[in-house]
Amino acid sequence: MAWLAIKMLVGDPVKYLGILFGVTFATLLMSQQIAIFVSLLKRTASQILDIHDADIWVMDKVTRFIDEAPALPDQDLYRVRSVPGVVSAVRLVYSQLGARLPHGGYRTVILMGLDDPSLSGAPTRFIAGSLQRLREPDAVVVDKAGYTYLFPNEPLELDRVFEMNERRARIVGICEASQPFTTLPVLFSRYSQATQYLPPNRNLMNYILVRGTPGTDQQVLCDAIESMAQTGPRPLAALTREQFAMKTVNYYMESTGIPVNFGITITLGFIVGLAITGQTFYLFVTENIRQFGALKAMGVDNTRLVGMILLQGFVAGSTGYGLGIGLAACFFEGTAHVPALEGFGMFPGLLVGIALTVMAIVTLASLLSIRKVLVLEPAMVFR
Amino acid sequence: MSHSSVDLAARCRGLVKDFVSGATAQRVLDGVDCDIPFSAMTLLVGPSGCGKTTLVSLLAGLLDPTAGEVMVLGTDIGRLRGKSKVQFRGRNIGFVFQQYNLLPALTARENAAVPMIINGAPRRRALEKSTELLERVGLATKADALPKNLSGGQQQRVAIARALVHDPRLLLCDEPTAALDAASGRTVMDLLRAVAVGPDRAVLIVTHDSRIYDRGDRMIVMADGKVTATLEEKSMFAGHEQTGAT
Ligand SMILES: Nc1ncnc2c1ncn2[C@@H]1O[C@H](COP(=O)(O)OP(=O)(O)OP(=O)(O)O)[C@@H](O)[C@H]1O
Ligand SMILES: [Mg+2]
Repeated sequence: MAWLAIKMLVGDPVKYLGILFGVTFATLLMSQQIAIFVSLLKRTASQILDIHDADIWVMDKVTRFIDEAPALPDQDLYRVRSVPGVVSAVRLVYSQLGARLPHGGYRTVILMGLDDPSLSGAPTRFIAGSLQRLREPDAVVVDKAGYTYLFPNEPLELDRVFEMNERRARIVGICEASQPFTTLPVLFSRYSQATQYLPPNRNLMNYILVRGTPGTDQQVLCDAIESMAQTGPRPLAALTREQFAMKTVNYYMESTGIPVNFGITITLGFIVGLAITGQTFYLFVTENIRQFGALKAMGVDNTRLVGMILLQGFVAGSTGYGLGIGLAACFFEGTAHVPALEGFGMFPGLLVGIALTVMAIVTLASLLSIRKVLVLEPAMVFR
Repeated sequence: MSHSSVDLAARCRGLVKDFVSGATAQRVLDGVDCDIPFSAMTLLVGPSGCGKTTLVSLLAGLLDPTAGEVMVLGTDIGRLRGKSKVQFRGRNIGFVFQQYNLLPALTARENAAVPMIINGAPRRRALEKSTELLERVGLATKADALPKNLSGGQQQRVAIARALVHDPRLLLCDEPTAALDAASGRTVMDLLRAVAVGPDRAVLIVTHDSRIYDRGDRMIVMADGKVTATLEEKSMFAGHEQTGAT
């Protein structure tokens, strides 16, 4: 019977292709849009997730996302260091500022000023130059994509200079960094150097990067830091890397139109896919209704008919799913080197989720037409 | 004149069928008594709307009687329910329809194999058997053709092969020649006689087509939901020319 079901389906190429088109379209649109959505949102937390030599981020409790952290007084650093279980706590300044380029261009950049002695939070993968050179005067390290934003169409070259806040900055290293949401260049310098570039505030440090003794429960340590900081002038928040990343992602989710925008496209993918698939499937069944009636007369009961139709849906669904995912993969493969889309791609959870959604689409689509077959009077074949 | 029930493929007694729509019921069969013996080709004739198709549907168990008894091969098919009825029909009854109702995506060979596959036979065996039947209906050379590439007469021959592939003991044909020209109609009737009639097999053919009356062995004449005559002699058929619409 499975044989019969599949023969009936593929034996009607126009409708089979129609159903395939619907499923493929839905799969491609949904998987591509969700992958971009997730990858894009993940970018809002790129600079958090890139730092692996600290477990915990300490910040002012009012901080809602990475780009919005008020400065902390130095006492906070010493207070965090005094919490039992803290092995190291170092300063970090994370800020955006303007860079004036030699040929007159001006770019907004992200600057991360790293603790002078330890250089905690520094990038690890260098394409040119090295981390040691960050100790030279006026030294900054820039990420590769950022370099091409600063100096478009120019070869990667060290020792290029530009100005921030009327002070010289010299590129001593080019590194890999996850793209930030804003696709701004990411610069790294020593903390002491960063204070030269940033406007003269009383406090500049806005994050404290903490490592705990190996084996300590990070959540326990976060709680200890927070309860210590209850007593200070301003309360602090201590979050694990993942928690802070999630907090930043959630901020963008809740306070931007991004989810709505993508949500609409993804829903459209679902609805249009369902509509095309459902309608073509319905046509397929209604046009074959006499044949289904004849099968019923010849001894196929409703259970087997439903099985046949679901199988037809399943076959069309899996084929269309494969095609759609393949096309989405081609898209991400083809755009892998476009900086705006760098690092974008699908992930296992997405593949599973889309597979389930596609199965829901074909099941719904076939259910629409199954009713027609169920109520079909087999005696109609004589008419 | 009458047959003992052992020789009977089917037997109806006091068969009543009402079609109910809303508050009104239309009595389409009104106390039909009839016998369909083995080893014979029985014709069922009568004016349009007299209830021939309804009677065939009841014999096939595709409709349930309002009252009365339909015995098919010793089983009261009107009483069977659900799966057992579908299965009984699948194993014992073959159908030939006016509209051939072949599956357009399947070749002649595959179409003819369908009833065996429905009954659970392995596909290989079903295809072998259907090839054999296509030979018997003279379509061996067209076994791999799709229905759309066959003439009406050829499609009906495929339908006959399909109706017989699973060796049903009762073959029900509703206007099998109505869509065919005279010559193809006669070919189909001769084929039915040659391949479907046997010691343990019965054929019932509903027809309007007086050109093929001479191919039958017996004739049941219906009018207005009742059997008005059962003619056992070919010589008597002639007087019962078509009275209704074509
Ligand atoms: N499913 C149904 N619902 C309601 N009425 C029906 C149904 N099927 C048949 N009828 C009615 O029952 C009567 C007999 O129909 P039937 O099809 O059995 O006649 P018939 O003898 O086969 O006619 P024809 O020679 O035109 O095929 C007709 O009046 C028809 O309108
Ligand atoms: Mg009829």
